[in-house]
Amino acid sequence: MSATSATPVTAVDADVAAYALRLGDDALVLGQRLGEWAAKSPQLEEDVALLNLALDHLGVARSLLSYVGTIDGTGRSEDDIAFLRDEPAFTNALLMELEGGDFGRTTARQLLVASYQLPLWQALASSTDPEIAGVAGKAVKEVAYHLDHARSWVVRLGDGTAESHRRVQTGLDEVWPYAAELFERDALVDRLVARGVAADPALLEPAWRATVEDVLAEATLTVPETSWRPTGGRTGAHTTGFGYLLAELQHLHRSHPGASW
Amino acid sequence: MTETSSFTAEGGHGAVPTSCEVEVDEGGHAGAQPLWEVFVRSRRGLSHTHAGSLHAPDAHMALRNARDVYTRRQEGVSIWVVPAAAVVASSPDEKDAFFDPAGDKAYRHPTFYDVPEGLTHL
Amino acid sequence: MDVAAVAQVESPLEQQFQALVDADGRVEPRDWMPDGYRKTLVRQIAQHAHSEIIGMQPEGNWITRAPSLRRKCILVAKVQDEAGHGLYLYSAAETLGVDRDELLDLLHTGRQKYSTIFNYPTTSWADVAAIGWLVDGAAIMNQVPLTRCSYGPYARAMIRVCKEESFHQRQGFEAMTVLANGTPAQRQMAQDALDRWWWPALMMFGPSDTDSPNSAQSMTWGIKRFSNDELRQRFVDATVPQAEHLGLTVPDPDLTWNGEHYVSGEIDWTEFFTVMKGDGPCNRERIANRVAAHDEGAWVREAAAAYAAKQQARSASQGVAA
Repeated sequence: MSATSATPVTAVDADVAAYALRLGDDALVLGQRLGEWAAKSPQLEEDVALLNLALDHLGVARSLLSYVGTIDGTGRSEDDIAFLRDEPAFTNALLMELEGGDFGRTTARQLLVASYQLPLWQALASSTDPEIAGVAGKAVKEVAYHLDHARSWVVRLGDGTAESHRRVQTGLDEVWPYAAELFERDALVDRLVARGVAADPALLEPAWRATVEDVLAEATLTVPETSWRPTGGRTGAHTTGFGYLLAELQHLHRSHPGASW
Repeated sequence: MTETSSFTAEGGHGAVPTSCEVEVDEGGHAGAQPLWEVFVRSRRGLSHTHAGSLHAPDAHMALRNARDVYTRRQEGVSIWVVPAAAVVASSPDEKDAFFDPAGDKAYRHPTFYDVPEGLTHL
Repeated sequence: MDVAAVAQVESPLEQQFQALVDADGRVEPRDWMPDGYRKTLVRQIAQHAHSEIIGMQPEGNWITRAPSLRRKCILVAKVQDEAGHGLYLYSAAETLGVDRDELLDLLHTGRQKYSTIFNYPTTSWADVAAIGWLVDGAAIMNQVPLTRCSYGPYARAMIRVCKEESFHQRQGFEAMTVLANGTPAQRQMAQDALDRWWWPALMMFGPSDTDSPNSAQSMTWGIKRFSNDELRQRFVDATVPQAEHLGLTVPDPDLTWNGEHYVSGEIDWTEFFTVMKGDGPCNRERIANRVAAHDEGAWVREAAAAYAAKQQARSASQGVAA
């Protein structure tokens, strides 16, 4: 957080709304993916653990999406925002929406996400936007545990059997290119960094890389090398699988317009 | 004592024949994991209490699993995990020899003694 | 269970055991216990555990489709609890000298069963609500007496389970209330769910006492505190007024009030036995999913074990070096 002069948050603030929506969509979409693991994990203890992660992300999503509905001036509820937008209106990073794949790939993604979200929420805990700072203050404790969980498993899979090493390396190679998008800057981020609302991606990336490389080294895994940097999530250009994720997420809610649940 | 060698872990969880431990499963049950006893301190100032048990490949994972399984509703502020195989328990057969001799020593309890009426701080 | 065998002359150990149980004492893992008692408990606790983990499926498949974020969180927490309950119960069973992998193997190969209720499909969101309200409601009727079960570890596990289970029933009833007071389509969904889950819920209490071979012995041993019919009656008495409160119709044209209790019509036990034998709508699907999760997770469990072994070897060799 670089700004020293905090701008008071006004009633309607399109920039803050757009930024909170990115964070909220990240949490919602990853929470949805993690929820797919119910009754499918490698062992019972892990069902409980993965669903804990899902609940943490869904909790963050609910707080942020509710906030979006107030600060963007539309008065939409968290459910309006989650269930009634089409694909192009979602601004989550592509990394969050990728299919979970096997436990190796899920775990690799968790490592990349948690290593990013830990410094992210740490920075946002002192955001000049009090709502975002509040969410961050709570999320930072949760994500510390997420990172611990991801690290524990990546190390065990990487340094476990030949089979597990192969699988987690494959999963890592598949999700790795999508991490670059997390650190992209655009005009919105620039404006909000200047206002002290958003975290500076330039400061997050070194922390992310240090954590990830440290874990991968302990796990005897190779840091993937790639020049491919898929992007588009922040502007609503999503992967094929995302449409199916939304279809599942939204169909029931949309089938009963105006109903309460 | 055959009982103590063929069983482990009494108290809350208890009596798991050692023949079911991982050694037996080596090569057989792929990935079979040892059993851990979980103790939770519900709040500061109280002692850790046996909460249950779980399977985990190692102490690190046992602690994390215990957090998820046994403290989802803020049941604890501190957790211990102990390999079930490491618990040495008294045998029920020895119950009389172990515990009865304490039965007739009422002088160990403060209520054994008369306190003159009207006196306090005793 | 051969009831006649118990009536025979008992050994001093057996007499001591029975005296303990009769005095409402608790049996602990390393106490002497009759073989039949141990076997009955293993079967009961294991199948109870299997029911919890198979029970994750019918509701778990609605997690990704839950109609609001609040409901999604509630459902995730609930399904997570079911995994937790499975864990508590497998732990209790393990105190009797079996291990979880063996029990899971018995489940996967169909040699042990789980509650027939989970072999019915969840075809609408209202089914999730109905499961909470009716199935968990029935489970609580069954489980609360088990908190006083003569076997200590089982009773203790059940105390934990029952505390959490009451959240399950309440959230189910709340979800059902919203549907029953919602749009006509939601109301229809709620009634349809009640129609499909009512009878299976009544069957959860097991065959009538006269046809339940294990009941008498289990009651003598303090594993069971109330008869199947008694518990079923309590459930009906508790639930019918709740259905009325919701403005829904219990699908039993013969249901009457005798001044003291609600008397239900005949239960179709052929259906129960069909589902029990494996020919319910979802038996094959549930087991196939369960086995798939287990098999697909094998490499993960192997990796964790291999890593633990490596770490142990590393610290051992460090110990030698030092």
